[in-house]
Amino acid sequence: MTDLAQDLLSSFVIAEAELNGSKNLAVVNMRKEALDRFEALGFPTTREEEWKYTNLKPVLNRDYKIMLKSESAVSFGDIKQYLLSDLDTYKLIFINGKYSSWLSESTHQSYDICTFAAALNKYPEILSKFLGKAAPSGETFVDLNTAFADDGAYIRVKANQTVDKPIEIIYLTTEENGSTFSQARNLIVVEQNAEVQIVERHQNLGEHASFTNFVSEVFAARDARVSYYKVQNDSTKASLVDNTHVRQESNSNVHVGTYTFGGKLVRNNLHFYSGGERTESHMDGITIIGEGQTVDHHTLVDHQEPNCYSRELYKGIYLDKSHGVFNGKVLVRQKAQKTNAFQQNDNILLSDKAKVDTKPQLEIFADDVKCSHGCTIGQLDKNALFYLRSRGIPKREAEGLMTYAFASDALEYVTIPQLEKRLNRVIADKLGINLEFAL
Amino acid sequence: MIKIKDLQAGIEGKDILRGINLEINSGEVHAIMGPNGSGKSTLSSIIAGREDYEISSGSIDFEGEDLMDLSPEDRAHKGIFLSFQYPVEIPGVTVSNFIKTAINESRKGRGEEPMGAREMLAMMREKTALLEMDKSYLSRSLNEGFSGGEKKRNEIFQMAMLQPKLAILDETDSGLDIDALRIVANGVNKLRSKNNAVLVITHYQRLLDYIEPDFVHVLYNGKIVKSGDKSLALELEAKGYDWIKAENV
Repeated sequence: MTDLAQDLLSSFVIAEAELNGSKNLAVVNMRKEALDRFEALGFPTTREEEWKYTNLKPVLNRDYKIMLKSESAVSFGDIKQYLLSDLDTYKLIFINGKYSSWLSESTHQSYDICTFAAALNKYPEILSKFLGKAAPSGETFVDLNTAFADDGAYIRVKANQTVDKPIEIIYLTTEENGSTFSQARNLIVVEQNAEVQIVERHQNLGEHASFTNFVSEVFAARDARVSYYKVQNDSTKASLVDNTHVRQESNSNVHVGTYTFGGKLVRNNLHFYSGGERTESHMDGITIIGEGQTVDHHTLVDHQEPNCYSRELYKGIYLDKSHGVFNGKVLVRQKAQKTNAFQQNDNILLSDKAKVDTKPQLEIFADDVKCSHGCTIGQLDKNALFYLRSRGIPKREAEGLMTYAFASDALEYVTIPQLEKRLNRVIADKLGINLEFAL
Repeated sequence: MIKIKDLQAGIEGKDILRGINLEINSGEVHAIMGPNGSGKSTLSSIIAGREDYEISSGSIDFEGEDLMDLSPEDRAHKGIFLSFQYPVEIPGVTVSNFIKTAINESRKGRGEEPMGAREMLAMMREKTALLEMDKSYLSRSLNEGFSGGEKKRNEIFQMAMLQPKLAILDETDSGLDIDALRIVANGVNKLRSKNNAVLVITHYQRLLDYIEPDFVHVLYNGKIVKSGDKSLALELEAKGYDWIKAENV
């Protein structure tokens, strides 16, 4: 077995010159520095506090093809099921790291909805202002991504513009010759009083294992509104480390919904930096996983300015031998008076073999704040089950109905009805129930 | 309709019912009264199929069929309905979707076709009117944020929709003011027919002014210690339960 970190380091020498943006000196230097930091840090182990409950070893210990782009013929029919039906959207589709212009629908009209690769060449001034400014260096997966990433979604919505339809971003892996390690990167800049809705997913269509180390940086300027939904329903051969970092200015409102049903191992590092007054930061999560799956949500809300609001609601339903982790940190800095922060993580274990580790963390340095947090781990309420069954609803349907009801309040903030319907259907499907009552 | 013979049951090693005998025929209304802790709610839960109890002896026959091995949902499909003393709140499921699911699962359980949407809607209109409920009830989450009275009214609404053969009303009067009590009782009376039966479980005589029983039984210490007609309820009201307790030391 080869050492993946060593493989990555040695392949960088060859890869470097071929990456998009290799003519841009600032980018080249940034990559080199990031690689040096990765070399020093290496992959995290369970000895580190932030990775205590999630062991990456089993998924990292294999021979990955460190994926540089490869061609693959994918038809619209192959990807149709991953798109929202009955809804016109902009589409950014990447296949094995390569942008598929004919499956995609981009625009440069009132806003730029295109690729990170194009932006590397076309918009150096935007890049120097934003690239790497939300995702912190010194985090090993962010650094590794910074060193290698040269494509992904680039979205820039200029001031006072509302993107007229949602944007769907899909990363597909179709590799047929062995396991792949891929790293894409989004840069999303939403300027003053602008608005955008984004739906994103990663999908491994191949037969082999895949590991994706993904970084997404979101900048919401004053009065900007961003809805960003992550549908994580990948095959159980796929592992994902998603690093999403959101920087907010005053009065902006950002919602990130993370809905996780698939994948072998999924780690979501979701960080909000509230750097202006009266921001609203919303995070919702629904996790429903089963045999052999691990999902780890690590969230951080960093309240730096006064009068801000954050709301975080994560629901987990664990079947069979599955493992869930929730680690939610709320940091209220001294200056951030009148912060109102809410955090709740509720879990239901539907099997004796399922396991959840949940750890809310509050660090508060201001004295006039309202912060609440809570977590629960339980089984379905026996009284409620009996109530439903006594009305003629069979046990299995009653359990499904209750678990559905348990999860569904985390869908309240979804602003795209077609997405909400789609998520409802996936939830019903996962719970094995007929969902007439929810539609 | 239902025959209970020598029913003995308990929970976690504690005896609660110590030999209940009760027979209810179609068209009858029976009332079971008794002090707190006498086993009233245990009896109603066991008839509806709650699985937490250990049943050490006895039998329950419903229309000639042994109920003991049937699940709560199977009993519901056969026409047994329990109005809960404490209805459970289920956020995220609306009253109308819940009742639709309950009706169609019951129909499925009996091998019948599901009820059409139009028929369902008409029935919901009729039954909400019967119970003087605002139609906005239907789109609220089941029992969530309902007042005590609203919860009980919602129970009788479900009963009206499901049209059971045997309806057990467990302390339906608790938490009701006098107007709500009248509406609920009126609803129950309108649903009575010669083909169904009602078992009213109550602590007080008050409800029986509105729903007139054919038979009144007094449950004390896990046994029916006295049976009679509706005058027994009035006697109990006047004398209190101490009179029964003194007779059964």
